[in-house]
Amino acid sequence: MRSHPVTASATSTPTATPERRSGLAHAAGTRTLGLLVALAVLALVVVASLAIGSRDIPLAVVRDVLLGGSGGSTEATVVLDLRLPRTVTGLTAGLALGLAGAIIQAVTRNPLADPGILGVTSGSAFAVALAVGVVGATAPEQYVWFAFGGALAATVIVYVIGSAGRGGGSPARLTLTGVALGAVLGGITTAMVLADPTRFDVMRAWQSGSLADRGWDGLTTVLPFVLVGVVVALALARPLNAMAMGDDLASSLGANLAVTRTLAVVAVTLLAGGATAIAGPIAFVGLMVPHVARWIVGPDQRWILAYTLVLAPVLLIAADILGRIVARPGEVPAGVVTAFLGAPVLIALVRRSKASGL
Amino acid sequence: MSATAAQTSTRHPRGQVRLPAPGGDVVLHRRGAIVGAALTAVAVLLALVSLGTGDYPLSVPEVVRAMFATDGGFATTVVLDWRLPRVLVALVFGAALGVSGAVFQSMTRNPLGSPEIIGFTTGAYTGALVALIVIGGAYASTTVGALLGGLLTALAVYLLAYRKGISGFRLIIVGIGVTAMLQALNTWLILRADLEVAMSAAFWQAGSIALVGWEQAVPAFAVLAALAVLVAVLAAPMRQLELGDDAARAHGVRLEPVRLALLVVGVALIAVVTAIAGPIAFVSLAAPQIAQRLAGSAGLPLVNTALTGAVLLIAADFVAQHALPSAVPVGLVTVVIGGLYLIGLLVREARQKL
Repeated sequence: MRSHPVTASATSTPTATPERRSGLAHAAGTRTLGLLVALAVLALVVVASLAIGSRDIPLAVVRDVLLGGSGGSTEATVVLDLRLPRTVTGLTAGLALGLAGAIIQAVTRNPLADPGILGVTSGSAFAVALAVGVVGATAPEQYVWFAFGGALAATVIVYVIGSAGRGGGSPARLTLTGVALGAVLGGITTAMVLADPTRFDVMRAWQSGSLADRGWDGLTTVLPFVLVGVVVALALARPLNAMAMGDDLASSLGANLAVTRTLAVVAVTLLAGGATAIAGPIAFVGLMVPHVARWIVGPDQRWILAYTLVLAPVLLIAADILGRIVARPGEVPAGVVTAFLGAPVLIALVRRSKASGL
Repeated sequence: MSATAAQTSTRHPRGQVRLPAPGGDVVLHRRGAIVGAALTAVAVLLALVSLGTGDYPLSVPEVVRAMFATDGGFATTVVLDWRLPRVLVALVFGAALGVSGAVFQSMTRNPLGSPEIIGFTTGAYTGALVALIVIGGAYASTTVGALLGGLLTALAVYLLAYRKGISGFRLIIVGIGVTAMLQALNTWLILRADLEVAMSAAFWQAGSIALVGWEQAVPAFAVLAALAVLVAVLAAPMRQLELGDDAARAHGVRLEPVRLALLVVGVALIAVVTAIAGPIAFVSLAAPQIAQRLAGSAGLPLVNTALTGAVLLIAADFVAQHALPSAVPVGLVTVVIGGLYLIGLLVREARQKL
């Protein structure tokens, strides 16, 4: 193999540095406690998401509605038809994006990798632009399938090209292929969109990434795929731990790199594709939450995945709630707020001396 | 270091040629030199064809004659005054973008490293958007807004990432954070803006060199030439930096000054281009990777990267102007051509490994 000093050294993970081996929470007890706290926070934001909005609903009423009381009232309609699907969408999209991000960062060993790197986002956007232009779709439930199909197709192409060759290809090749295909599709999408103001208008709304007005239809379409993705992702924790030691060491320990990589791509496609289909391209969650989880629990993928699973929906739902409050009576899309909520945390974490070992 | 003019092309065992240059000898590998010559030939050919194509078509010999004719006929006006600025800008800006990408990829040791990671491009877009929405769409105010936005963002990322020095990894992460926030802000601004303003912003963001004339091109070339000298001086320590911090330190490289210098030069290169042409995406990311694969070299070859960037941008501009049913911003063609070509190279690489 030809040596690539630049690409090869991208394989040094943030986790592989000795100073940061154990993260902030060392003992298993502390980690479990932290996870429970995170779960409690998640429960809190879910309840808040049902109660807060342009019409605030008292918690007691929310409880009654959920338990089947006060049916038919305005509050019941708001909670059951608007906020519940919205919250479940946030929960699903959040955990899917977070898990996908954790997996893709572990597999490519690149801290810059996000779920979009395999072409998921650009494939979705391309298919939605096509749907809007060719089929004339304008409502979200019409282009759920396009978004999902586009994500699947793009990822398959990236994987086939990126992993061809001996040994399933290197992570750097996979990353570069994803970036290259993403650029091609993105360029064509922008050209299509710029040619037609109607398409541009639909696309700028879709690309902002929002949880509002999604309803149940898109969610139920995508949910089975996301669930399969979650199961595959969680099953990968152990093989990914082996892979973190480097390809050679991992294969000498008996890990099957090709199978792990293939399964990882399947998981990322299902998760990120599903999330993008229901919520549009929400960029920052998948990139940031795994970093935060890694700083809390260290390099063990089982803990990283567990923390990501809980923290990612917290970030997304909290961003959605904030988006409803800051611009009342209007709304700021969740995809816009996530970055403003998450980026300062990320920057503060990387500035900690302990967290900057690389 | 001590090669004299007489030894200019001393042959070395493994097909290498050594040339003296500021900051250390340039070692030319034979394959690298051949690739460089081929890229130069392609660039010149594309330039001549571009100069001859348009509403007033000229053959390549006619173009050459027009360039050296002294009578100032119509062909000379078309070639020298109308088409040459755009062609030269494509070549020079392409080279500048490529080198800027190589600088960032070496510094961060990451193939995804590009001026975008320090937030310059996103910040420039924010600045341009604010200028477009608040002040209105004059060329000058958009340019100033973009430059201010980009430079302020780069400075903010640098300061936020600084902590007893700069590490490549911390720079990347802070860059991610700041870029994500600005991207969100841009999305929001686009979403709130009138459709017309939003679309003209999107056009600006795609990057275009259609409206560039001599009055913008000449000062830009002067600044870029000065920066090229700095890059040549920094090339040797940059090579060491690619090997890792420890190795570089062991070779006597003072990490922080070199990193800061590289950062400033890389940002300055992209700033000049963005100010004149808008953010032309992807050349800086793709050119170093393509050049490395073409030349089969271990590091990121600077000269070939510059040539690759030049070829990429001039080819993209030709397609953008002449090969499509309606003219589109060159930046969109760049990403498509560059992306397809990079995919092609990756496919070929995979075949060879089988």
